[in-house]
Amino acid sequence: MISTQLLYALAGVGLFAIGLRATLLHHLLLPRLLALNVCGAGVFLIFIAIAYAGIEGMPDPVPHALVLTGIVVAVSATAMALALGRRLENIKSDAIKSEATKSETLKSAAVKPEAMNDE
Amino acid sequence: MSNAIIWVIMIPLLGSLISIIWSRYASLIAIISNLVALVASTAVLMRVYQSGPFLHELGGWHAGLGISLRADALSSILLVMSMTVISAATFYASAYFTDAAKRARFWPLWLMLTVALNALLLSGDLFNLYVTLELLGLSAVALTALSDNRAALQAAIRYLSIGLLGSLVFLAGVALVYAGYGTLDLATLASLVQANPLSQVAFGLMTAGLLIKSALFPLHFWLPSAHASAPAPVSAALSALVVKVAVYILLRLWVDVFDLVLTLSSTMLLGILGAIAVIWGSWQALQAQRLKLMAAYSTVAQIGYLFIFLPLIAALPEGALQDAAFTALLLMALTHGFAKSAFFLSAGVIQQYCGHDRIAELGGTARALPLTIFVISLSGVALIGLPPSGSFLGKWYLISSSFQAGQWWWIPVVLVGSVLATAYVFRILGHAFGPGESIGRVLNRGREEIPALILALFATLILGFGSAELWDLVAQHAEAAGN
Amino acid sequence: MDFFDNLPLLILLSSLLPGLAIFLVREENHVLRTSLNMFGALTKLALVGLMIWGVYHEWVSDMRWQIAPGLELVLHADALSVVFVTLSTVLWLVTTIYAIGYLEHSPHRSRFFGFFSLCVTATVGLALAGNLFTFVIFYELLTLATYPLVAHKGTPEAVRGARTYLTYTLGGGVLLLIGVVWLHTIAGPIDFQERGVLSGLTHLDPWTLRWIFLFMIIGLGVKAALFPLHGWLPKAMVAPAPVSALLHAVAVVKAGAFGIIRVVYDVFGVEYAAALGLLPFLGAIAAFTIIYGSVRALSQDHLKRRLAYSTISQVSYIALGTAILGPLATIGGVVHLVHQGVMKITLFFAAGNYAETLGIHHVSEMDGVGKRMPATTLAFSVAALGMIGIPPIAGFISKWYLGLGAFQAGAGFWVIPVLVASSLLNAAYFLPILYRAWFKPAVVKWPAEKPQSGRWEMPGALMWPPVITAILALLFGLLAGAPFSPLEWATLIAGREY
Repeated sequence: MISTQLLYALAGVGLFAIGLRATLLHHLLLPRLLALNVCGAGVFLIFIAIAYAGIEGMPDPVPHALVLTGIVVAVSATAMALALGRRLENIKSDAIKSEATKSETLKSAAVKPEAMNDE
Repeated sequence: MSNAIIWVIMIPLLGSLISIIWSRYASLIAIISNLVALVASTAVLMRVYQSGPFLHELGGWHAGLGISLRADALSSILLVMSMTVISAATFYASAYFTDAAKRARFWPLWLMLTVALNALLLSGDLFNLYVTLELLGLSAVALTALSDNRAALQAAIRYLSIGLLGSLVFLAGVALVYAGYGTLDLATLASLVQANPLSQVAFGLMTAGLLIKSALFPLHFWLPSAHASAPAPVSAALSALVVKVAVYILLRLWVDVFDLVLTLSSTMLLGILGAIAVIWGSWQALQAQRLKLMAAYSTVAQIGYLFIFLPLIAALPEGALQDAAFTALLLMALTHGFAKSAFFLSAGVIQQYCGHDRIAELGGTARALPLTIFVISLSGVALIGLPPSGSFLGKWYLISSSFQAGQWWWIPVVLVGSVLATAYVFRILGHAFGPGESIGRVLNRGREEIPALILALFATLILGFGSAELWDLVAQHAEAAGN
Repeated sequence: MDFFDNLPLLILLSSLLPGLAIFLVREENHVLRTSLNMFGALTKLALVGLMIWGVYHEWVSDMRWQIAPGLELVLHADALSVVFVTLSTVLWLVTTIYAIGYLEHSPHRSRFFGFFSLCVTATVGLALAGNLFTFVIFYELLTLATYPLVAHKGTPEAVRGARTYLTYTLGGGVLLLIGVVWLHTIAGPIDFQERGVLSGLTHLDPWTLRWIFLFMIIGLGVKAALFPLHGWLPKAMVAPAPVSALLHAVAVVKAGAFGIIRVVYDVFGVEYAAALGLLPFLGAIAAFTIIYGSVRALSQDHLKRRLAYSTISQVSYIALGTAILGPLATIGGVVHLVHQGVMKITLFFAAGNYAETLGIHHVSEMDGVGKRMPATTLAFSVAALGMIGIPPIAGFISKWYLGLGAFQAGAGFWVIPVLVASSLLNAAYFLPILYRAWFKPAVVKWPAEKPQSGRWEMPGALMWPPVITAILALLFGLLAGAPFSPLEWATLIAGREY
């Protein structure tokens, strides 16, 4: 029988591996970000497994501190990534809109002389 | 000034917070904070030079629970370099940003970058290294995105994703170290670590994470676009400092903690990747059409040089030869730091003046911006590795160590790298010195050009002629390390 | 002798400081610029005079600065450095005067004279270098200082020529560096010492030394324009005439040749080098280059290119003298360092004058030029005859000693034919020019004539330098036996090397 600690540690490693594979495969921002978070979850799980000191014992607080800090970092990074992605989307859509208005004005400019000719 | 080591971190931190509140005076606050931090870092260096490495435990909490700050030869020299570059770039940045909104966002982030750099260099345990590494990464990404255009944002997102991956891999390594040895303090680990599979895997993971952060080939793909699209002072800090500290952490781990775990073949692998980086990076730099892109690829190449030193240091016996190689590595890192930052700052001046930084269209800039072109020439000399720059000495010892260690195959790499570097530096100068009327005013944008000039002078003259103390300092460190 | 110890540094500063100052002088302020130039040149001349006197009386001048463990910057004055320093200083003075006249209305004069001074500083530093490390540093600095001079005109052609120059010289520089570092690795830091250092270090592997020698010779041979590393020289003719004059007579090619002399005599030691079998190798390359350069010169109609190939040929005489074992050959090689310098610079000054005053760039345009520009053409003739080896001009002395030395060393059977053939080839490409200039009737209209101003055929600053250097060439030949003549110095040096 695998010990509890080892089981959780292996689970952490497995999560990390799944997350890693997904990070490397996806090119869009959101899937990649989710995958990175899964990676992070994997590493945190490894830490928690390390902190385990038996059914009766006090878990080691140091890895817990590490995990909390890690979560904070991961959340901040995710937030920043989302903000950047949002901003990028805005810039892209602005660019599309200005392209559209440009072609609109061109079209209307092309229409007008014809209208004038009709008159 | 026994508290100088704290001030180095605290003053920029305070400055950052104050500059959010008082954004009108932000640049002044930043200049003052960074200058004070520069003085403090010099004090730290002086103390290490006179009495050797020292330890400072924050709040009196001992290792294991508290945060300990360690200053020794390696970290204090890099600290002073870092603060010098940051201070110069701070002056530069105070004149660079014209948009008030960007300015308001820049200063707090810039000061946080400073805090992260300094704290990283002074960290005494693995967890601090992780935290400061993250802080550094986040600040750097935010600063990169400040250009607020499509290219910059895409580069920043990629930088963030890759950086996050690197940090997580590093953290996994940290977890394994804790699992195996029960402590994260570097000094304690130095005596505990042995060569067993756990240490090897842990070290491998940490190295992999750090290789991503230091942009060693083939993990360098995020760097060119990030450094090229960031604002000029940010690019300077990124190329000169942010990638360097990743190499610093690698060195620190290797020399202090994992020296028994290391094998010659693993360092040889890193050396080979470094050699490829030199040639590939220099070749790409030659092909680049824009100044900043060229400089970014040049950074990839120069980082490669640093990694070539690793198998040499590993192969040489303890003593004068190994110390010489280690000092030469440090010297190359320092020279590159100063030279590349001077280069990026000058590229920024050109970009503002010409409206672009396309190399082929630089004609006439030598006439209009003579001091800037002079600075680019000086930094170019340091990047190629010509005398009297510090990198000439670095290259000398690189070749010398290759002969000593019997690893002569690095020498053709140095040869090719130098020739390519010559080509891409002089390509710029060839375009800048077009025919035309004579030089106008020498000094055009003083607040921007003078810091760049000072940095370039450091790289070429000061490090070239005045590095004797550096050698003493590192020899001291080697003695103190004892193993 | 504290002051004497600092003399090398002062000599360096006497052109470095004015040079840096000149960069900042405004373009229109030619009074200030000329004053700085002349002040630097004359100061240097005075200091060098002091050095000559000191070295003759066997005072020792040695200045050291520790850069890193095992690496010292050393400035040292011995007989050989004095010869090269004096040559550089005197010719720099003359060329400065010439350049001031030549560039009268050109743009970027401050930049030009700034780099010009830096170039001389590097040359003098190279001459005064006391060990290989210092030599390599100044060798590279010379490349850096001369590149902007070659590219000065800023035309695409100039930039291309400069880029070729840079590629060759920096590539050579890295090879030299590798050779020097390798030597450092196996033998420790090497100070230049008369009779060489390596012969005393018997533990060194001969084959390693041979490889090191090869690397160094390739590195030095690029600047010295040995075949097949000479490709940059004809292309560098795009530089303005004062630059070609200085580079080809004094600075760059002589730096390479001087380096070869240093390596063979003061690092390896000529007898040890012979024992290692290095000299025949060097001699063969030198001999081939001598013939090759002259043959190529025959087919060049462009005057400066013909002179460029002539330089390639003539500088190899120095290498040849180094490659023959024996004091007489050494004298021939070393003295040719000086003689070739004065003669070649005269030729380039004259070529520059032809281009400036009459717009002549090709030999075919030179008919009857002697009547229009007698002083210049007279100087040109003296120098050309000296190149061929006609007594009593200086060139004859060098060839005489080379021949004698070869004979004495038993190498006469291949060296003397080379010398004879080379002289014949020289005659073949110089005499027709002289014939054209003096004996053919002038063309109706010169390509681009400048009106004659004043009594003389052209402004004094342009006319007198070639005349002065031609006179020097004549004097070095006529008064070769006098004390302080180049020949006497060469004899002194040779005496100390064996």
